[in-house]
Amino acid sequence: MSKERKTGAEIIWKCLEREGVKHVFGYPGGAILPAYDALQHSSIHHVLVRHEQGATHMADGYARASGGVGVAIATSGPGATNMVTGIATAMMDSSPIVCITGQVGSKLIGSDAFQETDITGITLPITKHNYLVTRADEVVRTIREAFYIAKSGRPGPVLIDVTKDAQQSSCEFDWEAAAPQLPGYRPDLSPKPDEYEQAMELIHQAKRPVILAGHGILVSGAGGELLQFAERAQIPVALTLLGLGAFPASHQLNLGMMGMHGEAWVNTMIQEADLLIALGMRFDDRVTGNLKTYARNAKKIHVEIDPAEINKNVRVDVALVGDLRAVLQELLEELEPCQHREWLDYLRKLKGDSAVRDIQNLPDSGHLYAAHVINDLWRTTEGKALVVTDVGQHQMWEAQYYHHETPRSLITSGGLGTMGFALPAAIGAKVARPEAEVWVVVGDGGFQMTMAELATMVQEKVKINIAIINNGYLGMVRQWQEFFYDRNYESTPLLNPDFVKLAEAFGIRSTAVKQRAEVVPAIEAARQHEGPVLIDFQVEQEDSVYPMVAAGADLHQMIRRPGVLVETAADE
Amino acid sequence: MLNTFVVYVEDKPGVLARVASLFRRRAFNIDSLTVGRTEKTGVSRMTIVVDTDETGARRLEAHLYKLINVLLVENVTAEAAVYRELAMIRVTASASQRSHIMDLVEVFRAKVVDVSPESMMIEITGTEDKIEGLLQVLQGYGVLEMVRTGRVAMRRGGKAANGASAGADAADAAPASGTVSYSV
Repeated sequence: MSKERKTGAEIIWKCLEREGVKHVFGYPGGAILPAYDALQHSSIHHVLVRHEQGATHMADGYARASGGVGVAIATSGPGATNMVTGIATAMMDSSPIVCITGQVGSKLIGSDAFQETDITGITLPITKHNYLVTRADEVVRTIREAFYIAKSGRPGPVLIDVTKDAQQSSCEFDWEAAAPQLPGYRPDLSPKPDEYEQAMELIHQAKRPVILAGHGILVSGAGGELLQFAERAQIPVALTLLGLGAFPASHQLNLGMMGMHGEAWVNTMIQEADLLIALGMRFDDRVTGNLKTYARNAKKIHVEIDPAEINKNVRVDVALVGDLRAVLQELLEELEPCQHREWLDYLRKLKGDSAVRDIQNLPDSGHLYAAHVINDLWRTTEGKALVVTDVGQHQMWEAQYYHHETPRSLITSGGLGTMGFALPAAIGAKVARPEAEVWVVVGDGGFQMTMAELATMVQEKVKINIAIINNGYLGMVRQWQEFFYDRNYESTPLLNPDFVKLAEAFGIRSTAVKQRAEVVPAIEAARQHEGPVLIDFQVEQEDSVYPMVAAGADLHQMIRRPGVLVETAADE
Repeated sequence: MLNTFVVYVEDKPGVLARVASLFRRRAFNIDSLTVGRTEKTGVSRMTIVVDTDETGARRLEAHLYKLINVLLVENVTAEAAVYRELAMIRVTASASQRSHIMDLVEVFRAKVVDVSPESMMIEITGTEDKIEGLLQVLQGYGVLEMVRTGRVAMRRGGKAANGASAGADAADAAPASGTVSYSV
């Protein structure tokens, strides 16, 4: 057994190395300086960000791209509070990150010392767990527990606040002796046999079943099991935004994204289903619309690792609480081949109805639409890029027009809807998967929230391509103003900088695209270029995302392009 | 409907804040919350009374389990259990009123624990109903001050609530993984 005396600061890096960490994203400052001083003896690469929010999004992107844990580091006070948005983003999307913050000396806590803030108090409701470490000999166990908690069960962010004196003082470093002690933590629940039986019975009896697959498929690595399950049972698969990629888009059983901006056929199928099999999704309000009319005639099976999600929004008939992959494997043992020919024929008919409204099939008006840009990006990259999107109209268009075939090929802020997420998350994703072709799809509004991270990207020589979908508006807010606020475009028009010149100031190659014919050549050129490229796609200003289910409206009440309200058989 | 939870937690700094924060965050109203040490070192026991329906109670239980420091949660609402609360009441009492008040105190099996020229302090232990009853009859004399501890609860019968009375640390108080059922 190796026991050596080390400072708390040195122990932090030793533990991170033991946890397999290769990269951290951070920003130094007074209270975390001992840790930064000790970094020189570590093999870990530190990515210097430009704002601590960026560090958390990078750690988040790193975690989502790799399936591992992302690490962000900041100092006390403002450094720590700047992390709050990124931590909340990771919490809502169950992303495993560990944030380490410096804290003032333990004797100064509570005295309103310079750059003191109660970050464990602040982050209490937005972390899976957090720690305040005041002694060097608490560091090892705390870090081991933090990593274990972050990645096990339903993953989530863990914050460790380490006082300056805990970093400076020394103790014996003994990894083995400091195994996690978490008597109350149970990430490994599993369903009971009779619950499996009830679920199987519902599945075998169903005439119009739909699978609702979410982020849990990616988290538990159950893509293969989902494919087997859907094929053997012949059940179409609808995906949540975060679930995109969990099921191949080109598969004949794929429905696509459900919910507020889901395709009409998806929501129609859900509303007319007699069985919903929810796999690793949480019936978010953006997915269900009005709960009173949501899939009224359907029995519901909910497979979910977090018991607190059961019956939260939608009352279910059978709940299987456990790891999704293990539960699907168990279900596959008993699953008989099924046929739902009528139901799938109905799907084909619905898809045909929708196709005629698709902007891809409308005559070319000479305008550049975001949908064109994203569809061309999909075609040009052969659907193989790792796309990181921000929040807003472009995010929904990406979900509709970039067809994801594999898990972890789309990274986006779903639950919290954090503008400014895309650029830093993409940097983290590229650091995690250097071989991947990474594209940022971002609006002109969200881009300006975190564009300082362009400097991080350049300093770290990270090759990513950035597609700004520039419509000169906070587009999604403008769309809501158009639909629900009498076109009162209050505070949504943006006077933007010249993004091309801006990129050039950072040393990034850049072009502006205004015509459809220029789209593919610009994307091709960006792919060929060795360094990062930014393309300013200046698209139609007042285009909207269709179809749309208004917030709280019935899921089958869709606003369709060009503004027609279509009601389906489910609405009686 | 009032639900009574017995919650075992690790005795660590900040655990009460985590539990309280959960109730606020999920918009549950705490009717009362008591916390104290248990027969096990490192384990504290809370009795929490919450006004919610059955679905809410199940969700709350699941949310409590999500707190890393929570070892065991039991909803004893539907179980045979003993509920107790302690109250101290200072009531106006002139020399001529004292014996009347002492009679009432006797009826409620309460105790007089302090007397001053103008007032008396009464201690009562019992269910909320009993305390309310005493309060009602004392109102006429003028209640000057009152403090109540909130409900504590313990299940009746031979079995200890945590099923491991011989254990000596936090680990024994937690049920093994997979034994907690979440059937709907």
